[in-house]
Amino acid sequence: MAVLTIRDALNQALREEIIRDENVFVMGEEVAEYDGAYKVTRGLWKEFGDKRVVDTPITELGFAAVGVGAAMAGLRPVIEFMTWNFSILAADQIINHAAKMLYMSGGQFKVPIVFRGPNGSAYQVSSQHSQALEAFYANFPGLKVVMPSTAADAKGLLKAAIRDDNPVLFLEQERMYGNKGEVPEDEDFIIPLGVADIKREGRDCTIVARSMTVPLALEAAEKIQQEFGVSVEVIDPRTIKPLDIDTIVNSVKKTNRLVIAEESHYFASVGAEISHTVMEHAFDYLDAPVKRISTAEAPNPYAKNLEALALPDVAKIVAAVKEVCYL
Amino acid sequence: MPKAATRQKTVAKTTKTSINGTGPKAEAAKGLDLVDVDLAQAEYLERRKSQITAIKKLDKKLLREMLYQMVLGRRFEEKCAEVYRMGMIGGFCHLYIGQEAIGVGSMMALKPTDMVITSYRDHVQAMIKGMTPESVMAELYGKEGGCVKGKGGSMHMFSKEHEFYGGHGIVGGQIGVGTGMAYAAKYKGTDQVVLNFFGEAAVNQGLFHESLNMAQLWKLPCIYICENNQYGMGTSQKRAMSSRSIAKKAEAFEMANEFVDGMDVMAVRDATIRAIERARKDGSPTLLEIRAYRYMGHSMSDPGNYRTRDEIKKYQERDPIVLFKDSLKEAKVFGDKDFDKIEEEAMTAVAAAVKFAEESPFPDPSELMTDVYA
Repeated sequence: MAVLTIRDALNQALREEIIRDENVFVMGEEVAEYDGAYKVTRGLWKEFGDKRVVDTPITELGFAAVGVGAAMAGLRPVIEFMTWNFSILAADQIINHAAKMLYMSGGQFKVPIVFRGPNGSAYQVSSQHSQALEAFYANFPGLKVVMPSTAADAKGLLKAAIRDDNPVLFLEQERMYGNKGEVPEDEDFIIPLGVADIKREGRDCTIVARSMTVPLALEAAEKIQQEFGVSVEVIDPRTIKPLDIDTIVNSVKKTNRLVIAEESHYFASVGAEISHTVMEHAFDYLDAPVKRISTAEAPNPYAKNLEALALPDVAKIVAAVKEVCYL
Repeated sequence: MPKAATRQKTVAKTTKTSINGTGPKAEAAKGLDLVDVDLAQAEYLERRKSQITAIKKLDKKLLREMLYQMVLGRRFEEKCAEVYRMGMIGGFCHLYIGQEAIGVGSMMALKPTDMVITSYRDHVQAMIKGMTPESVMAELYGKEGGCVKGKGGSMHMFSKEHEFYGGHGIVGGQIGVGTGMAYAAKYKGTDQVVLNFFGEAAVNQGLFHESLNMAQLWKLPCIYICENNQYGMGTSQKRAMSSRSIAKKAEAFEMANEFVDGMDVMAVRDATIRAIERARKDGSPTLLEIRAYRYMGHSMSDPGNYRTRDEIKKYQERDPIVLFKDSLKEAKVFGDKDFDKIEEEAMTAVAAAVKFAEESPFPDPSELMTDVYA
């Protein structure tokens, strides 16, 4: 297996799907001639030209709408938001149009579209460029929400998203684009949406993490193993919607303790949803209240020290695990 | 208010097209006078003259179908108002009465494979595109036999079979979606064009401007049809828009544009045909501002206290159906007997639609959770 960055794994997925299906095209700001603001689309325009890799004006609502209409008329657009922060301008198209079209049309018009781009914080880009929006979008029936944390998952999930007949929101993380991992080279390597992955097996406590908190949770798990001899299981749902709640519940039934680490804000987060569902399905198995680590309940700050304070980190996750394990 | 003689000149001029900003600058603005509230009889006669000329070039069968669709649309919507008041239709219900010439004039110039997308004022356009009155009325009743199985109601008529991409409920939201449909036509290399309908109030939404920019930039075969019925809910255009001409806004994008009298079905047809030719030739988009007047309230819940009965009456004096009938009669294509027959057929179709809707069952409870995901 080749070792690739998440950036290149995504690039490979796009390239393979463009070749596989003539209806797949990539559209967004700076995706073509500039090679992508974060270089995820590097080389694609040179290889495939204007038809398959399309630069747009800075017109998020506009090109999101073009994607929705093109998908209704039979194409499979992959729409890049330079960051998900800008998707808020296009939220009407995602929520009011893409998500509802199949239902409103009585099953007649599918919208096979992928909206993708980096979600969450970057490095000191302050409040308007540091939002994790998965909970917002996951609230709406009709949308699927995917968040990969490894290079292999990034590739396999993006290919699955492009082949899916529903609107799929694919949320990457800028801090993770350079993370490397082994990636299968099979052109039909697909990771089905809605299947969680156990990133580390353990017996004593479960951490559910996604996207940027997965490597943090793995590091925290290792630390706790070394310092306290406590065995921590790390689960990455990979798809937020549909959510593979069974894998999480089964893990909690085994470990009896749950920590959820996520980058979004605390209030009404995906972690809150997971916590509630675990309470419903594994109430009698819990030996401690579920603990959640999230980003501070404030707009993300610029100053390096404040930003670090706001975001989840290894120390916060370690402290949470210690708390639920009464260490 | 110009004198009648001046206005007659204006009528003749409005058939000119301004392409890529090269047309006379004031043309679209002049067009506004055409449908000013105080209408002269002379203008009506002038309009009829040009209609008669256009009528003589058309096949009788097509003319009959055009008139039938206009009458059907009128009677269908009148019935909607009636059964809405009886509580048979719920939610919002936006009627097309007064605007029939726009839907019929434009959509009946299409091929069946061409695509249409519109706003929530969609019942009549759905039928013109080929959907049955039964499937539209049953949808209004929220019944299983509705075109979208009772899931959409008044605002969301769809038919994949008839390339009808829906009625949409967010003002202006469909303008961008329709642009994407045209993008797909160009991408796939088909000869399809898109008729992309919206009201004049939607022009103030950002997506209108975003869409026109992309369509002209990428040469998308999209015909933007602004049905200017002069009121966005209860707010008149002059209270909501800093400029008077909507057609002229296309010039900011160097897009072909035309102002059309929406009371004249033949003028609408001719302008649409010119736009379709441009679109099929090299994918060039067009913005048509088609001026009409909505007789009814914005929706069934609108008491209409922002305008006078007198204003409505003046527009009704040059009603698109009456105008078309008068012209057809003068051109000796049809007479009163034909009109009676058409009225009868339309009434029969509406009655059948109501019967079908009444008899159709409510959707099965299991339908709540179907079609959420493909």
